[in-house]
Amino acid sequence: MSDATANALSKQEEKERQQRLKYYSASQWTLIWWRFRRHKAAMVAGVILGVMALLGIFAEFVAPYGPTTRDTQYIDGAPQMPKFCDQNGCSARPFIHGVSTKRDPVTLRAISVPDPEKRVYVEFFVQGERTKVLGFIPTNIHLFGLSDPDAKLHLWGTDDLGRDVFSRTMYATRTSLSIGVIGVLISFVLALAIGGVAGYAGGMTDNVIQRVTEVVRVVPIIPLYMGLAAAMPKEWSTTQVYFAMTLILGLFGWPTLARRIRSQLLSIRGEDYVVAARLAGARPGRIIGQHMLPSFTSFIIVDLVISFPYMILSETALSFVGLGLRPPTVSWGVLLQQAQSVRVIEQTPWLFIPALFVVVAVLAFTVIGDGLRDAADPYSEAK
Amino acid sequence: MLRFTLERLVGMVITMALVSVMVFIIMEIPPGDYADRYAFRKFSGTGVSVTEADVQAIREDLGLDKPMVLRYFDWIGNIVLRGDFGQAFAFETSVVKVIGDKVWLTLGILLTTLLLTYAISVPVGIYAAVKRGSSLDYGLTVFSYLGLALPNFLLALILLYFANKWFGADIGGLFSPQYQDAPWSLGKLWDLIKHLWLPAVVLAWSAVAYQIQTMRATMSDELNRLSVTAARARGVPEGKLLLKYPARLAINPIVSTIGFDVNRIFSELPIVAAVLGLTELGELLLKAYLDLDMYVAGAILLLLTFIIVFMNFVSDLLLAWLDPRIKLGA
Repeated sequence: MSDATANALSKQEEKERQQRLKYYSASQWTLIWWRFRRHKAAMVAGVILGVMALLGIFAEFVAPYGPTTRDTQYIDGAPQMPKFCDQNGCSARPFIHGVSTKRDPVTLRAISVPDPEKRVYVEFFVQGERTKVLGFIPTNIHLFGLSDPDAKLHLWGTDDLGRDVFSRTMYATRTSLSIGVIGVLISFVLALAIGGVAGYAGGMTDNVIQRVTEVVRVVPIIPLYMGLAAAMPKEWSTTQVYFAMTLILGLFGWPTLARRIRSQLLSIRGEDYVVAARLAGARPGRIIGQHMLPSFTSFIIVDLVISFPYMILSETALSFVGLGLRPPTVSWGVLLQQAQSVRVIEQTPWLFIPALFVVVAVLAFTVIGDGLRDAADPYSEAK
Repeated sequence: MLRFTLERLVGMVITMALVSVMVFIIMEIPPGDYADRYAFRKFSGTGVSVTEADVQAIREDLGLDKPMVLRYFDWIGNIVLRGDFGQAFAFETSVVKVIGDKVWLTLGILLTTLLLTYAISVPVGIYAAVKRGSSLDYGLTVFSYLGLALPNFLLALILLYFANKWFGADIGGLFSPQYQDAPWSLGKLWDLIKHLWLPAVVLAWSAVAYQIQTMRATMSDELNRLSVTAARARGVPEGKLLLKYPARLAINPIVSTIGFDVNRIFSELPIVAAVLGLTELGELLLKAYLDLDMYVAGAILLLLTFIIVFMNFVSDLLLAWLDPRIKLGA
């Protein structure tokens, strides 16, 4: 063997050794991140959810109009796709055709007809309605709009009151995602308390808590939610209803996670380090929080991510049948209230666009959950 | 086996007792009581003036002025001893009359859905596990994801749309108009069967998606066992082998989650029923909630939960019969 090949070999070995060192010295979370990164679908889903969250957070900026702004010129109007070419030639800037009002020759009702001779250009960062981004930054700049301040761009059409579906969907994204987040957090706290007590105390306490958990698990969940939602007084403000809804969703979302926490706690209750902590005089809260939970935090995160879709689907279903959030609040479910019949599919199918958001969000959370589940235990053999 | 059955029965009674407490609390949450709402309805419907004394009279008549604990025992006692679920607003009759034969319709929908779910998910799950990694397997995985993500009311609307488009006929509801109020006959039963497939497909959708994945996962594990290799080495034909060893074991998780599937189906039922116009318990429950007709709502919630608990019991027994290892641990 010549010196050169030996040298190359040892370089190769050195590189491998470095890699192994990096692997062995990486923290658990770094390893989880490395494993998660390999899951391509989950990464894509993460990006999609990130974009969706940004759209919701900055809804005032992204949406050209307010959620209840009406355009009486364009009621039940079809989506207007910006284009670059028409019969009069092409333009480098996207434009839509202006709308002019005419009388219907038969019914004499005022109807809006696109005027192919009139071009209105789409521009970015235009001035429009005054709003407050994030609720406190006053601005009148919107992400996009039309060059002519009198004309309005309805990317995804309008509903029967002439409200812009695109703008409403952006605001709804914020409501629906935030309800999911708060609901999951509430059920997490409950699960931690209930599962923690059951798993740490064991014995009789555990038995009683298991019975109660069983009761909550056995009652069909959406009829249960509906019962609580139906009890909300009609005169409550939209804010009160919003918080009541998060509370209702969170209140019964805990059993699965509580079970996980309980069984994990039960299995490590007798470990030496737990006994040592107890002998050292640590209080139960500290033993659970500081010594026991960290050993399965990653699994808890997986369960939290997986419970998101249920929250979102429940909220959508409840609002859809009129037992959840109420207009003027906009959420995906409230928007879909307008799309309850086959007639809507035939005549104004664009009212179903919010449903796409529901499907995409639920899919994204499910895929991320799968990716996280694979990554949650980075010390297991890679598949 | 007898001891096991008795234990499960006792557990079932305890669970139902606790459930009834929870249902009663839900019935009590809306502001005001039955007498208030009754008076309000009477007043707003007809303009008949109702005095505070009248309301008080109704209240005393129904025993609504007693403390909550006593009212609970009145309510549950009447249900258990006399099968009396209280008063309904609608037509001012008893809850039992309002519910009527809707229980059987609901059970019909439930059983059709369950049969459809297992008839599809078990063979497809086995097939997916055998053909692991094939394009069909990937297709099924994508379908499963979609099945869990698509809200069922949306699926119902889509199916309704295409059914209208392709078959032209009005496909919603449980009966054709001429049979709606007709007494039961063979013709009505056949009409019901013709209408059942749509709600069954919608309700089975997510359960199928979920159970295919379960079946595929457990089947894949079982296929790797030495018993399978040994049987193959003995020359057992592949089809017989699949059914006799891995499929026989992989069916257990499906059996043990029957109650879970029933729970999910009932959870989705009210909304699907509202979209498809099914006149059964789910739709009635939704209506009762919207009208705050709480005796009806409570009765339905209790009935649905009872069916779930009972199906859990059935699934426990089935599992103990299918898998003798379970009995000892119970």
